Amino acid sequence: MDFLIFKAPMLMVQASLDGILLGILFALIAYGMALQWGVMNIINIAQGDLVILGGYIAYTIYLWGIHPAWGVIISPIIMFFVGWALYKLVINKVVDRDLFISILATFGIAIVFQQLMNFIFGADVVVAQSEYGTTMLFDNSVTLPNSKIFSAFISVLYAVALVIYMKKSRLGRAIRATAQNARAAKILGVDTEKVYAATFGINAALCGIAGALISITLTLHPYVGLPYTVRSFMIVIVAGLGNLPAVAVSGMGLGLFEEFADYILGTEFRIGAVFMLLVLILVYRRFKLSKKREYLK
Amino acid sequence: MNKIAKLFVTFISAITLALVSFTSSFAKVEGEYIVLGSAISLTGKYSSNGVHTQNGYNMAVDRINKMGGVEVQGKKYKFEIIYYDDESNPKRAAQLAERLIKQDGVHYMLGPYSSGLTKAIAPVTEKYKIPMVEANGASRSLFTKGYKYLFAVLSPANQYLEVAIDLAVEKNGGKPVKIAQAFEQDAFSQDVRLGILDAAKRTGSEIIIDDKLPKELNDMAATLAKVKAVKPDVLVVSGHTKGALTAIRQISEMKVDVPMLAMTHCDAAKLSKQHGKKSEYALCASQWHKNLSYKDKFFGSGKKYAKDFQKEFGYDPPYQSAESSAALLVFKDAFERANSFDRDAVRDALVDTEMQTFYGNIKFGPGGQNVAKPMILFQVRCKGDNCENKVVAPTKWASDKFYHPIPKWSERS
Repeated sequence: MDFLIFKAPMLMVQASLDGILLGILFALIAYGMALQWGVMNIINIAQGDLVILGGYIAYTIYLWGIHPAWGVIISPIIMFFVGWALYKLVINKVVDRDLFISILATFGIAIVFQQLMNFIFGADVVVAQSEYGTTMLFDNSVTLPNSKIFSAFISVLYAVALVIYMKKSRLGRAIRATAQNARAAKILGVDTEKVYAATFGINAALCGIAGALISITLTLHPYVGLPYTVRSFMIVIVAGLGNLPAVAVSGMGLGLFEEFADYILGTEFRIGAVFMLLVLILVYRRFKLSKKREYLK
Repeated sequence: MNKIAKLFVTFISAITLALVSFTSSFAKVEGEYIVLGSAISLTGKYSSNGVHTQNGYNMAVDRINKMGGVEVQGKKYKFEIIYYDDESNPKRAAQLAERLIKQDGVHYMLGPYSSGLTKAIAPVTEKYKIPMVEANGASRSLFTKGYKYLFAVLSPANQYLEVAIDLAVEKNGGKPVKIAQAFEQDAFSQDVRLGILDAAKRTGSEIIIDDKLPKELNDMAATLAKVKAVKPDVLVVSGHTKGALTAIRQISEMKVDVPMLAMTHCDAAKLSKQHGKKSEYALCASQWHKNLSYKDKFFGSGKKYAKDFQKEFGYDPPYQSAESSAALLVFKDAFERANSFDRDAVRDALVDTEMQTFYGNIKFGPGGQNVAKPMILFQVRCKGDNCENKVVAPTKWASDKFYHPIPKWSERS
């Protein structure tokens, strides 16, 4: 039964498309993580919880009778300010500290966010309905929810827009300069404090978009943020910082890996396989690093 | 001076200690109150069902107290419950159970919400020989450990969807069926799975997909693609509210055609409200439905209970509330039959329980599970955009005919 996928070639197509569409969404979340990791050297454990909060914003406007797809515009705007505020309240106190401190701080934020969402939105699992219908391919043997296609399309759109913004705009250039060398950027007149706040805001906004997309493609619950954090962490580890095409490829790769692991190893090992892969990649990178010449900072 | 101060402190602590031990030894019954204890999930991931449970308990306490209370040795007593929030955390629940028993001196317990938390508390109540009537822990493993002080008013988890397989076989002209199943990896859902395995064995049916969904997963696309490829006669899904909502979302989006779809947690997930017509024809296991014809003198019928509950709390009671209310009725009955506050006498009375409540008949089997009440199945049926749960099995209470097979998506409007 586990190898059903090899008997039915259409399943292979279905799995690949599902994996890629899902992977693009992961890549968007991972891009945000890579951005602020690269600029601020902070591993944001609360990434997944920001995603879920973004989803709840979309769900709230859905409850008000507005189509949840508007969430991909409204949610990032609100989330940008949430991210900004979060930076001013907590992150700026840990930004040039040890990596471990930032992990602890964002872990704390994750817990606070989960409890707050639980308190505000309740512990029920919720979904927003997009009513986008389904695309059927190959005589109905492959079905793709249009909401997933929509979510992949929007993710790509925002990612491209962000890349252009980073290249062309003043703030984008300041962010890139800070990422390369914060001290030098400061000397040259870049307000790094503002850059950090904006970066964290942009990351939160990306999470907001992803969350809005998740509200119409999957389900929302205050406590399901962690798997998104883990996935984006993995994608970033594989792709490296500040390399968007690599993030996109590794995102899709992870989506495919998950789907195929489901068919070949069994559904019960799907998430386990992701963690296993993470361990393997970390060991491999450690191994590669140890071969490089080391130096003291 | 120092000496006097020391003496004073010692004196005060001695008095406090004496007071504490004094109150705890009588805390089980304080004045005219019988004090029950419960750790309940008021925050954390089970908080909505925790609140349903608490509302069920409170509703029954109010009703019983208003209607004369509990009569023991000719004196009338009232119920009172001490609650602590277990934060949906099993370790915390076990600590709180210990605190209720040791510090608050509670001698009778009501269960928490969910099998997982009940499993955490049961060893504590067992250790201190505290009778616990629980209403929200259905996992079969609770009833196979030989617990002597645990009593559950609900049917065990393995019975949830057994009936559905029987129904599928019946619809297949008595011939075995092909089953595809996807269950979350938690105690409850895995017990539901065991029930299906038993039913499959009994009916000679074949299980062609047997997926175990990780708890973190909210995507069933792969499982459903497999289902589309192998075309089973019945698809069974259990994964709490998340499983139910994910399944309906993706079945409708991927246009998966199965003749029969059986699930758990449909009403807790507000399936018919959240997914509307997409959830139509889903068959759902439930402990209770307001249309059942059971009766008692406190709440009247299920319908009356639902009406009163709606009036008090502003929403239709899910079965989690109904079964919680029933737990109090069981305690009242046991106290009166025991005619004593002795824990073992109450426990023995609980063993002999045989009664009807608005929620169903209650009689405890050797493991503490309720053996007198069958599970029911309802099917989501829609008129226009208005979807409702209609009882379809067992036939005795069926208000509507079971609709089979489910029309293909291409034929559904």
